[in-house]
Amino acid sequence: MTIDVVGVSKRFKSFNALDNVSLHVRSGELVALLGPSGSGKTTLLRIIAGLDWPDAGEVRFDGEDALARTVRDRNVGFVFQHYALFRHLSVFENVAFGLRVRTGKDKVPDAAIRARVSELLELVQIDWLADRYPGQLSGGQRQRVALARALAISPRVLLLDEPFGALDAKVRKELRRWLRHLHEELPVTSLLVTHDQEEALELADRVVVMGHGRIEQVGTPAEVYENPATAFVHDFIGETLALPAEVRAGRLYAGDRPLALDSQGTADGPARLLARPHDVDFADPGDAPFAGRVLAVRTFGPVRRADIEIAGRDGPVVVEAAVPLQQDLATGGLIGLLPRKYRVFAASA
Amino acid sequence: MSVAEIAPPATAPARVIRQAPPVHTEPPAVRIAIITVALVFLGLVIGLPLVSVFVQAFAKGWQTYVAALVDPDALAAIRLTLIVAAISVGLNLVFGLVASWAIAKFEFTGKSFLITLIDLPFSVSPVVAGLVFVLLFGSQGLIGPFLQANDIKIVFALPGIVLATVFVTFPFVARELIPLMQEQGTSEEEAAISLGASGLSTFFRVTLPNVKWALLYGVLLCNARAMGEFGAVSVVSGHIRGLTNTMPLQIEILYNEYQFAASFAVASLLALLALVTLCAKTILEKRLTREH
Repeated sequence: MTIDVVGVSKRFKSFNALDNVSLHVRSGELVALLGPSGSGKTTLLRIIAGLDWPDAGEVRFDGEDALARTVRDRNVGFVFQHYALFRHLSVFENVAFGLRVRTGKDKVPDAAIRARVSELLELVQIDWLADRYPGQLSGGQRQRVALARALAISPRVLLLDEPFGALDAKVRKELRRWLRHLHEELPVTSLLVTHDQEEALELADRVVVMGHGRIEQVGTPAEVYENPATAFVHDFIGETLALPAEVRAGRLYAGDRPLALDSQGTADGPARLLARPHDVDFADPGDAPFAGRVLAVRTFGPVRRADIEIAGRDGPVVVEAAVPLQQDLATGGLIGLLPRKYRVFAASA
Repeated sequence: MSVAEIAPPATAPARVIRQAPPVHTEPPAVRIAIITVALVFLGLVIGLPLVSVFVQAFAKGWQTYVAALVDPDALAAIRLTLIVAAISVGLNLVFGLVASWAIAKFEFTGKSFLITLIDLPFSVSPVVAGLVFVLLFGSQGLIGPFLQANDIKIVFALPGIVLATVFVTFPFVARELIPLMQEQGTSEEEAAISLGASGLSTFFRVTLPNVKWALLYGVLLCNARAMGEFGAVSVVSGHIRGLTNTMPLQIEILYNEYQFAASFAVASLLALLALVTLCAKTILEKRLTREH
């Protein structure tokens, strides 16, 4: 089922949660809504589910107006951030809930409910927990129950709100792979909200990066990582080394010194040169466009990082650079930084 | 870092405890003194009066005790008390549930005003509460002439007693439910609706089961207060023997007529109710803490 969001806006009192957001999700896709807290990603998910209503805009499922239907009739599977399992019901009854509440001509016979629930519990690999209560389960097990419960109503849209947020790193990684596998097995279009970029990049077909109630960029994980459309995306996804600069008459300057770097068509004014740490080489201070004093060097496993203080327009700026293992770097010494691959954005952006 | 590196050797803690007792442990003499003071105080202020109620009730033998209870006026008082409690607890169960549901699960203007209003009966003297109903429904009251013209009796009759009791006991159920419902939030309800449940079905399948023990607890306290209420009921009842006297009122009348044994016999029933309430309350509290 395709999902279309057209010009959706939503305000909470004075806070602009969503500002004219449009998004197209293809059928069978797994899309991640990625952004910091307060970026509006959960609000967008709740509007698609029908748990919140937009002030303006449209939501369409397969071209049909979804806003004309309540959450009850949208047939979406929603997995809540803290699972929201029914604490007074067993795992079995939690999963059976969506079938039990059907009345009249939609009523599901008890035998069919039993069969369907067993099948789902097997699918999420927790059939041995059927008689337990949510309070007796681990975080990962609750997550599986929540997913089985959402799948019980055979939704064609699966919405997941920070599905792995409350789990420890190891379980998270395992469940992530398993969810991707599950998505491929089921005829379902999935939308996942996360603030964890690693999760979004690893799991999703496409990533929607959100900030301040707007969509900053939509693209494949490789696209948003390699070619960030805005400084916000560059900052938010992957590690960023930000160097202060200025564009004057189309040329890049560091202080009063012109740089032999491309300004990439950025408008005149204060600018920021953004690069991935591994795309910045060390060089002799005299030859490099940027130079600074080494404050500290840290090593964790194969990774070495150095804090380098660089003179900026409004006082010194400390950047974190990646240091090759074979490089000797003395604390207190001067070192030059030479960006190999970089993007230039206006500083206000 | 692995877990094994952080955890201290398994044998260490036991030895440490034996060498240095926890700092918050008082010397035995102090402990015994404090506990004795607490027990003596409880015994004097609560235990002794409770025992004396039963001693006085049986002072003239159990025949007198039984006779006092099967007296037609006493029986009428017991029956009235049960009826009033049943109606007002029933009403407050529904009101309390609806009010706390609205307050805890929805946002609306005037919400804090509603919360204050629910607490009002706790801060108003019961006598004033009773007086309010007399002023409203009494023959000199606001709606009095209209009621008289239509031959409806509220004050000095069952409806007045029920109204006064409902007013006084209103906060018990709501106060018990609001904090719990607020803590539970609305996500389970949202989950239920997203799974296709109707509003009513969500309420009965999710909201109500989640608060059932707290609800029972509130009902219990509400019932105890409804049966024991004196002030407000005293003002609206009119003290008509065998007709509008509840148990507390009947006890007062008997006492004022120097029928001590009979008075304490009826009082012993209320004391018994208190004990039963206490036991039930303890059991419910255990269930409540176990589930949350």
